Amino acid sequence: MKAFGELTKGIIKENPIFVMALGLCPTLAVSTSVNNAIGMGAAATFVLIGSNIVISLIKNFIPSKVRIPAYIVIIASFVTVVDMVMEAYAASLHKSLGLFIPLIVVNCIILGRAEAFASKNSVGSSILDGIGMGIGFSLALIVIATIREIIGTGKFYGMQILPCSYQPAICAILPPGAFFTIGILMALFNKWVAKKS
Amino acid sequence: MEIAKLFSIIIASIFINNFVLAKFLGLCPYIGVSKKLDSAIGMGMAVIFVMTMASTITWLVYNYLLNPSTSIFGLDLTFLRTIAFILTIATLVQFVEMVIQKTAPALYKALGIFLPLITTNCAVLGVSILNINEGYNFLETIINGFSAGVGFTLVLILMAGIRERLELADIPESLKGLPISFIVAGCMALAFLGFSGLKI
Repeated sequence: MKAFGELTKGIIKENPIFVMALGLCPTLAVSTSVNNAIGMGAAATFVLIGSNIVISLIKNFIPSKVRIPAYIVIIASFVTVVDMVMEAYAASLHKSLGLFIPLIVVNCIILGRAEAFASKNSVGSSILDGIGMGIGFSLALIVIATIREIIGTGKFYGMQILPCSYQPAICAILPPGAFFTIGILMALFNKWVAKKS
Repeated sequence: MEIAKLFSIIIASIFINNFVLAKFLGLCPYIGVSKKLDSAIGMGMAVIFVMTMASTITWLVYNYLLNPSTSIFGLDLTFLRTIAFILTIATLVQFVEMVIQKTAPALYKALGIFLPLITTNCAVLGVSILNINEGYNFLETIINGFSAGVGFTLVLILMAGIRERLELADIPESLKGLPISFIVAGCMALAFLGFSGLKI
């Protein structure tokens, strides 16, 4: 039961984007289409799981004064792996995510989980925490991307779903649309939480 | 020709490709430190300073240590770019903090608390990587780093001014705090979208 809790807490209760407002830059930048959102979510989840495993394995050997630089080096190594694998096997996705692949290094979610969770817990629960947080991040990305892609292009995952007579509101896939979408979603989330309590 | 190119880099990175509103870099400090005008100005100055320094140093690191055709070792170490840049930036920020603390205590008091925050500001790593991707030369890199910082500071100060007034406004309960800040940011992004028609 406890393991299940570690896995699911990242999805709603401690959702990294809607509740903790971490990792906003990649969220807003790559949520122009569902395809990009899934790619980014998968890359960040892989880095999160990998860095959580390594950090929880070596947590007893790192002196606490140099722990942050050590975490950053570990995270940067995993990001380099993702960057190179994606460039080799998913070149078009790599091109559309562009700058935001190397920028996973400075994503606060990953360093935040390393510091707050993996450095204090066992390998097993760190893996579950990484998977849960990764899924929470990916789901939030996919929700935002779905709204923006449907309003902005009338498509979902590249397929036309609204009738062709629909005039796409291009603004939704431009930067302002990202800010409006996340602002409104956060307000709805707040309202839902307030109603429940 | 050279001057014209530098000028177009300045206008492009301040207005057309503004780091916060068009490229989504540095959103955490943009939302986090824009509650008060004073701290927004302090943060902005610190970011301009660190971005200029970081662009300069990471360009040197890339071209003299990592890039095989110009490096002093002649080895292809470009795959180490991400690791090398983030370590360089972290060290640089720490170093700058110590130097300012020793030599200019007044400046340290003004910028001090913002400096550690900047290491994890994605705008700093972002500008370093962009300089390399765009193939800028040394002078263009310095100019681009500086004007990206100025662009960041401009929108940070504008946002802080708006948010100080929002404190007094009557906002629906569930929009208070972060949601309304994002909607205001969206309006600003809409305004900055107008600059994208500029052709230089």
